[in-house]
Amino acid sequence: MFCDECGKNPATVHITKIVNGAKTERHLCEGCAKELGDYGISFQPNFTIHQLLAGLLDSAKENPPTMSTAPTVKCPLCGMNFNQFSQVGRFGCSRCYNTFENGIEPILRRIHGSSVHTGKVPRRTGGEIRLKKEIEMLKKEMELAVQREEFEKAAELRDKIKELENNIK
Amino acid sequence: MPLEDFIKESAGKWMDGDGPESDTVISSRVRLARNLSEIPFPYLMSKEDSEEITKKVNKVLQENSPNEFELVTMRDLSFLARKALVEKHLISPSLADNDNGAAIIRYDEVVSIMVNEEDHLRIQTLFSGQQLEKAWQLCNKIDDILEARLNYAFSEQMGYLTSCPTNVGTGIRVSVMVHLPALIMTGQLNRIFSTISQVGLTVRGLYGEGTQAIGNIYQISNQITLGQTESEIIENLNGVTKQIIEQERAVREVLLKERKAKLCDKIGRSYGIISNAYIISSEEAIQLLSDVRLGVELGLLENINLKMLNELMILIRSAYLQELAGKELSPYERDVRRAEIIRNRFAELDLGGV
Repeated sequence: MFCDECGKNPATVHITKIVNGAKTERHLCEGCAKELGDYGISFQPNFTIHQLLAGLLDSAKENPPTMSTAPTVKCPLCGMNFNQFSQVGRFGCSRCYNTFENGIEPILRRIHGSSVHTGKVPRRTGGEIRLKKEIEMLKKEMELAVQREEFEKAAELRDKIKELENNIK
Repeated sequence: MPLEDFIKESAGKWMDGDGPESDTVISSRVRLARNLSEIPFPYLMSKEDSEEITKKVNKVLQENSPNEFELVTMRDLSFLARKALVEKHLISPSLADNDNGAAIIRYDEVVSIMVNEEDHLRIQTLFSGQQLEKAWQLCNKIDDILEARLNYAFSEQMGYLTSCPTNVGTGIRVSVMVHLPALIMTGQLNRIFSTISQVGLTVRGLYGEGTQAIGNIYQISNQITLGQTESEIIENLNGVTKQIIEQERAVREVLLKERKAKLCDKIGRSYGIISNAYIISSEEAIQLLSDVRLGVELGLLENINLKMLNELMILIRSAYLQELAGKELSPYERDVRRAEIIRNRFAELDLGGV
């Protein structure tokens, strides 16, 4: 079927208007439909990031549900279950991340290509994590120092690591 | 500073037009998404909780930097005033729609903290030209100040926890606003844009979501927030922006060499129309201002400065226009008033042609 208006392009937009019981039908190509804009249709893709995500989640659900994604599991703080989350594409509270952990990881990997945070760690809330990360870094440095046979430096680093480890306990 | 001044005073510091690479980069922005633990995210939280958070955040900032920040609550603002703040890039459209939302804005408009938008906190900093590192340093500092007194929702594995999983991890969104008229004129932009998405970045027009943005102004930002450090994300965006603006400059140079008369004609005509029109729509004004901006960036229009053009870009937006007028205006009245404001600004300059 070709466009009613220009007769050249295939009609991809089909409009049925019923005004006071009188029905009119029009078949247009996208270009003409846009020009004749008075049909009140918007060609702006009408979906948000949340709807898009919801789609992602739906396909993730096809796999057999794990413990945390079963509809009976509700977040203790906000009361949300995984189904609701996959409908709105947003979590209810920060505890949801804990509650639905198994379901979330594959989603994060799909969105970001990774599921492990490597950036900033908050000073206070992340105090211990910060220390752990610093210790990891120092340990790597120490190994390097040993490889280079810089034993004095390695010893210094070892003492520093011990000190930090004591802070954690 | 009372709230009216954020609206009436058209110039925020980022509009000065004096930052690095200001011939192509208009502004740089960093935004951090943060949430408090043990409180549902804004769309599920109670009014009481939302007021409590606003109070807490405001208290921390006021005690830490007295007389630097102003609290603006959405409930107290008219629809037009909210939209005017959106047009100034101080708050987002979705905050404007939320009665429980608030913004705490630094007087120079470099920092604004949105409270109860999609996340409890959205800390953002806005700088002139290409200054992402500076914007990040300041944002990071304010984040530390807040975190010292507020309990953030943070997980060792997943980082800062956000309402939408697309922001989780660093919670960072960095973006630059770039003016790319030469790449558009020569039809080269789409090719560049299609490659950008392959490195985890995204581009959209400043006005409208379509590929063909009016005013030739685009925003480039990161999409991935997890698995990369903040510095990596910034370096990535800086690297890509650098390449794009180098291409834009190269094309400008070619145009100047080989099509100078045509280029000057376009700029000169746009300048003539915009400085003399009596009725002008915002689309037309934005398009013409882009041509004039190009003239300034190329050094062809010497008496006009970028600051004036940046201010005009905000002044001519419809809610802003009406807020300044102090009343609602019909579309026709807006077009007349818009033209008047632009004419007056240009008349103050006293300048020659191209």
